[in-house]
Amino acid sequence: MLRISGLSKIFGGLRAVDNASLQVDAGRIVALIGPNGAGKTTLFAAIAGFLPVDGGSVELLGENITGLPAHQIARRGMVRTFQITQPFAKLTVHENIAVGAYQRFAQREAAWEHARAIARQVGMERMLEQPSADLTVAGRKRLELARALATSPRLLLLDEVMAGLNPSEILEIIAIIRAIRDSGVTVLLIEHVMHAVMSLSDHIYVLSYGKIIAEGDPQQVVSNPAVIEAYLGRGAAGQAREAGAQHA
Amino acid sequence: MNSQLQPVPWKLHLAVLAAALAFPFVFPSNFAVNFGVLALFYAFIGQSWNMAGGFAGQLSFGHVAFFGAGAYASTILQLRFGMSPWAGLPAAALAGALVGGVIAVLSFRAGLRGSYFALITLAFAEVLRIIANSTDLTGGGLGMLIPMKAGAANFQFAERSGFYYLILLLTLLSVALAEWLRRSRFGARLAAIRENEESAMALGINVFAEKVRVMLLSGALCGVGGCFFAQYFLYIDPTIVFGVDKSVEMLLVSIIGGAGTVYGPLIGAVLLALASEGTRAITQVPGLSLVLYGALLVLIIAYLPNGLIDLFKRRPQPRKETR
Repeated sequence: MLRISGLSKIFGGLRAVDNASLQVDAGRIVALIGPNGAGKTTLFAAIAGFLPVDGGSVELLGENITGLPAHQIARRGMVRTFQITQPFAKLTVHENIAVGAYQRFAQREAAWEHARAIARQVGMERMLEQPSADLTVAGRKRLELARALATSPRLLLLDEVMAGLNPSEILEIIAIIRAIRDSGVTVLLIEHVMHAVMSLSDHIYVLSYGKIIAEGDPQQVVSNPAVIEAYLGRGAAGQAREAGAQHA
Repeated sequence: MNSQLQPVPWKLHLAVLAAALAFPFVFPSNFAVNFGVLALFYAFIGQSWNMAGGFAGQLSFGHVAFFGAGAYASTILQLRFGMSPWAGLPAAALAGALVGGVIAVLSFRAGLRGSYFALITLAFAEVLRIIANSTDLTGGGLGMLIPMKAGAANFQFAERSGFYYLILLLTLLSVALAEWLRRSRFGARLAAIRENEESAMALGINVFAEKVRVMLLSGALCGVGGCFFAQYFLYIDPTIVFGVDKSVEMLLVSIIGGAGTVYGPLIGAVLLALASEGTRAITQVPGLSLVLYGALLVLIIAYLPNGLIDLFKRRPQPRKETR
């Protein structure tokens, strides 16, 4: 589905993304995790065409899409959401989702009907007539997801759709994301909520200081010393092991 | 913004249309018909601004560039090349669209948004004014006088009501276009661009192309307005048709009435015509109309930031059928 090879993005002297390679297979949920400032959102922006890349290539469905403008990448089926939600504030929820649905349906009736179906899928049916500016954080996150989903993407890039949600809202959105995957949409997500990442992901990549430092299934990744050190500092893995040994 | 407006009931549509059709019969005086022509003319050019400035949120301060291009295109064809003034209408639309397209491509390619876009359009309009002022083809600063030859074939009407019905037709056309924008995919994309360009791009909208398209449409309409203006007043010069006041009138009509709405410019236009013609009728104090209009502007921006159309808007209520 998606293959990123040796991608680099440089801001001045900072290599925000440094020679990162990763692969997302069709029908899977793949997570990209890493400490704050690791370059996850920059990586998203670069592969989705929102930032020019300084090296490497991005392949979507077997075609090279490196350097294409953002709207063309979205039309080819890879659609991103924003970590800081960007609703069309003065439009209603229904109108917001319809903008996405219009990418697939030219006629108003069909687009609005599709938007309603998508709203049902993400549990927003009862908010259809609300101006999106009035939504709560959880509502806005869902709206980001719904709008992107309404374009009928092949691959969704979800940037922290769970940040700021309470535990029950997180459980709901986990179920929604799983249902999206089951409907045939591949998902690549950035997330800090670890229990969500652990339960959702088929595969995890860990980014630190712009480099992919580890990958694997959830169990492999959390027990990887390099990952623990990236989050907790150098030597933390050893201390954790000793602490564990003393308790035992 | 748009969907919160309840659909205007068709009975109201019919009543307004009937009143507009009957107006020259009920008030046949030259003054009254002239008032009607001006109100509809403001509504028409206000609607042309509204397409780009209201629906798509591309606040232009230089729409007069398209207006003047239309006025000069039709007048030059008529006076220098002997073409029928009716042929001037499509030529004016073409000229307006062309200028709109060129300005749009240049400024959107350069990534200008918001106040920078407003300023660059202002600059383009000024450049056109200076060019019109200094070339022979346009008659320079002396302007161009269209000789009086009354006759419908000559786009001149012995009765002012001829002009009235023509501009009424054009205004109806512009309202129909606005209504189509409100309901179409193109309009939905423009609203998305107005609200958040990044998000629009992320959903696969070609923001640049859509913005150029709406400027072509808006420019074409505005050019037609310029052609009508030239035929009605039979005289144009660079200050009149490329002057900044016309730009301001267009955007005020739209913003005061309600930018981005279908009927806002109509309401704003009636108000502008009332303010300018009405005050002139009751007093000879020069400039009083502008004082009145300025005061109204302050009040409206303070209390009805979405425009006068808010007065007609019922509170949104939950509806079963949302289409």
